[in-house]
Amino acid sequence: MVKHENSAIKIAIQTADFSLSDEVNLLEAQNEEDGAVVTFSGRVRNNNLGKKVSGLFLEHYPGMTEKSLHNIIEQAQKKWQLGRVTVIHRIGQLTVGEQIVFVGVTSKHRQDAFAGCEFIMDYLKVSAPFWKKELSEGVENWLEAKQSDEIKAKQWQP
Amino acid sequence: MIKVLFFAALREQLGSEQITVPVAKPATIADVIDALLAIHPQWQSAFTQSLLCAVNQNMVSRDHPVNAGDEVAFFPPVTGG
Repeated sequence: MVKHENSAIKIAIQTADFSLSDEVNLLEAQNEEDGAVVTFSGRVRNNNLGKKVSGLFLEHYPGMTEKSLHNIIEQAQKKWQLGRVTVIHRIGQLTVGEQIVFVGVTSKHRQDAFAGCEFIMDYLKVSAPFWKKELSEGVENWLEAKQSDEIKAKQWQP
Repeated sequence: MIKVLFFAALREQLGSEQITVPVAKPATIADVIDALLAIHPQWQSAFTQSLLCAVNQNMVSRDHPVNAGDEVAFFPPVTGG
């Protein structure tokens, strides 16, 4: 895990939960030049496509996951003035209400922080190698990628 | 030889998470798929569905070159976040 003391980027793939306030504190600590902090967190909801969901299993491609997240963050840094960036993604078994993903971005001003955070999340959705298996009404199913996520990510292309 | 990895639904369909295949050079991802199907003809239908591929942990298209010692991976479209 990369800490903010040494680098502007922190990427963590972990089974353990994370604390929103700890992550915001890390983005803000000894960072007096950035006035904007934008964060996104995603959690397991209890429904999908009209069915009840009781949990998720998350698989990833160790090594490529970190590499692809790094690449996405670098693209965001080229597009906007970003200070610090944190991406945390959990793997393994998760139940309803649990946190899955965190993206936090700091910048001098809000426009770049909002855009950077949304861009990172949109590209994570379509290019970071994670897969969700959903437990729904007693049946396990690998989720299919959504076309709406592809369309959303493409909107950032010039 | 080339190391080939499979993930998620594809890994379960094939019942395999890793295989090593010989590939004559110069080769592409498409040649790797041909080599896999030569060993396991029953994998044909799994490889006709929508799949992504990576060489050395970078997403690539099927005409991308592959060299001995590369790590190739096949997997379904991603669904994280």
